[in-house]
Amino acid sequence: MFIQQLINGLMLGSTYSLVAIGYALIFGVLGLLHFAHGEVLMVGAFMGLYIILWTGLPLYIALPLTMVVTGILGMIIQFLAIRPLKKNFHLAPLLSTIGVTIILQNLAVKIFGGYGTRFPDTIAMDNIMLGPYMVSSVKLIIMGISLLLMVIFYLIIKKTKLGKAMRALAESHLTAGFLGVNVERTVFLTFGIASALAGAAGVMIGVSYSAISPFIGLTFALKGLVVMLLGGMGNVVGAMIGGLILGVAEVLSITLLPTEVNLQDIFSFGIMIIILIFKPTGLFGSKQN
Amino acid sequence: MILEIREVGKVFGGFCALQNVSIRVEEGKIHAIIGPNGAGKTTLFNLISGMFDISHGEIHYRDKRLNGLRPDIRAELGIGRTFQIVRLFPSMTVLENVMVGRHCRTHSGLLKTFFHFPLGESSEEKQIRNNAMQWLEFVGMTHRAQQVAANLPHPEQRRVEIARALALDPDLLLLDEPAAGMNPKETMDLDALIVKINGMGKTILLIEHNMNLVMGISEIISVLNFGEKIVEGTPAEVKENPAVIEAYLGKKRN
Amino acid sequence: MEYILSVATVAGINIIMALSFYAPFMTGQVSLAQAGFAAIGAYSAAVCTVKFGIPYIPAVIIGGVVAGVVGFILGIPALRIKGIYLLLLTLGFGEIVRVIFINIEYVGGAAGFPGIPYQENTFFYAYGLVLILIVCFERLRNSRMGRAMRAVGDDETAAEINGINITAVKLKAFAAGAFIAGMGGGILAHFQEFIEPLMFGVMHSVEYIVFAIFGGVQVFWGPIFGAIVLSFVPEFFRFVQAWRHEIYGALLIVMMIIKPEGVITNDSVRFIKKIFRGS
Repeated sequence: MFIQQLINGLMLGSTYSLVAIGYALIFGVLGLLHFAHGEVLMVGAFMGLYIILWTGLPLYIALPLTMVVTGILGMIIQFLAIRPLKKNFHLAPLLSTIGVTIILQNLAVKIFGGYGTRFPDTIAMDNIMLGPYMVSSVKLIIMGISLLLMVIFYLIIKKTKLGKAMRALAESHLTAGFLGVNVERTVFLTFGIASALAGAAGVMIGVSYSAISPFIGLTFALKGLVVMLLGGMGNVVGAMIGGLILGVAEVLSITLLPTEVNLQDIFSFGIMIIILIFKPTGLFGSKQN
Repeated sequence: MILEIREVGKVFGGFCALQNVSIRVEEGKIHAIIGPNGAGKTTLFNLISGMFDISHGEIHYRDKRLNGLRPDIRAELGIGRTFQIVRLFPSMTVLENVMVGRHCRTHSGLLKTFFHFPLGESSEEKQIRNNAMQWLEFVGMTHRAQQVAANLPHPEQRRVEIARALALDPDLLLLDEPAAGMNPKETMDLDALIVKINGMGKTILLIEHNMNLVMGISEIISVLNFGEKIVEGTPAEVKENPAVIEAYLGKKRN
Repeated sequence: MEYILSVATVAGINIIMALSFYAPFMTGQVSLAQAGFAAIGAYSAAVCTVKFGIPYIPAVIIGGVVAGVVGFILGIPALRIKGIYLLLLTLGFGEIVRVIFINIEYVGGAAGFPGIPYQENTFFYAYGLVLILIVCFERLRNSRMGRAMRAVGDDETAAEINGINITAVKLKAFAAGAFIAGMGGGILAHFQEFIEPLMFGVMHSVEYIVFAIFGGVQVFWGPIFGAIVLSFVPEFFRFVQAWRHEIYGALLIVMMIIKPEGVITNDSVRFIKKIFRGS
């Protein structure tokens, strides 16, 4: 029973990780909180849904397509709402991405309606026996894809030139600029990558919850923020691990605590407040901005 | 003795910024602290004014041990300071900036603010305003009183910052490189201002790079290098000291 | 006429909420908890009138006090953190308050709290409170505490070095903001006759920020101006009404790009005062 829940928790947590990586990446590189990140995820969920509905493409093609779309969306957001800001008001990026949030959420309500939309069953909903434990194939695939994306992302950060540029920017924009890093371009691509991961998370949340609404953005944005805090602000690896921890903790809290109270939501916010008060650097240390 | 720094050290995550520094500042003097960049002068000021915690040693102001006291309490005890890079409140007018300096010498709380009668300015507010205007006059800035602080040229901002520090009635005034970025004429005026403040009986502890200014007005000079005090004495003594020359100019090559 | 009165009343409540955001903002604290404080005030006031038969005015004040006390308690840990961390803390708090009310059956849970007595004169009470707040903020502006608050908002270190206990100042401002939001919530509850947790989500806190930032945060007239304009304009233009939120969002972005200090600034206030003095 415990192991069964542990596996469920890891699956849930792997989607949280994907969301949180985007937050951590943007916070790490730019020192700003991208408030509209959750809405990018929501757009990704709807994109995935409509690509599958209209074209009948299988998940493994719809997913990368969605990632491209949300990646571009992220870059547009950076181009329109962040790049033109003057540097003298430190709250400007936050408030302007709040503006993006309001726009995306309300447009989504107008386009998709305010109620939940069912995701088509794109994957056979079989249950697979892993030894003595029963696991649904959907969740297994989701976890697999999430982990794969995390590995690819990790390699980008560690091995590629772009990754190096991002890490240099995270240290200091000025120095990185002196050293020949194209700051504007790297920031642009950072938003693209972070938003592509959010899009992937959106699709997988759509598949596993089998219903999506324009309001899931905020819910998962909050989870992503909790995870980033847990792992340490701007700490990308911390975000991966933090996501898994929150996923497991949430699933266990549902099984262990009385069912009549809706504690699941309070639980993650409770964690957030406790971390903020007692250990604002998170479990694995944060990047100073 | 107004300030006694006893074997003070400060460590930043393994890096030792100050080590075993002892300085005694006598009441009524102008005492300068000099040293090359990175010698730990500003760190010492931050320890005195309470912005950092002390790693080793003790600092006493008169009979009071300062270790662990909040900066605002130290200000209330009578320690005022200015910053290396001027830190006025940019959104406020010059006069308002100086009026903030009166904060810890006055008492009106929120409720008194909202419910004082009769209407109009309270007597305490009037008193704060008058006092602040006096200090502005003292530093020669009354003509700027109603302007927004951020719009002033740098030397004038410095004068306002000094007026703000004086408004809290300090007995000890810490000035961190007051002449930085000033031309010779402005430096001379500042020179005169510092002597005038000292003439009112206020003790001045001064960090300065401008040797002319330091040598001209200070009575005692402590020299820091690599976080340690290497020499202390009168300007004449310090000027001749080979260790000081070495610290500033580097070792002589044969 | 009745319609305009109703819009004006809502605008009045929005002014109260925008000012509740502005109070802690003066000291540099950005709070996303204002809707949460409004919820606490609304539910407390409604419990007072519905369950205990307490009259309207004391009920609204009790709502404010309860929210203020909660704000004070939340403010204690909130002082240790700044910037984005504080924003996240207040965001989490606002959501927790909502989830807690969903789970309290005594006040109707997720289904909401019906049957709150309707206050016909809400318009006058709301604007009465706005008037009191204007007097308070105006008095605060040229006062020892008001300067201390602005000093803390400008530069905490310089404020501290000049003898201001920044902890005390920030805590007072935060609690005062919660108190104002609580009273706003109480007034809202007795105008709508029905409250539910959904009415106090994070997006409402965001809306109050938009009012304040659009209007301007240099002087308290900014949030007032922002709340009035953004409450009235959508009601009178059908097109604007349908796209209200998208326009809010775009407005916020555009303001951040071209005029982050907001419409009403220190200079514009001085200019207007000059005109009134006739010089």
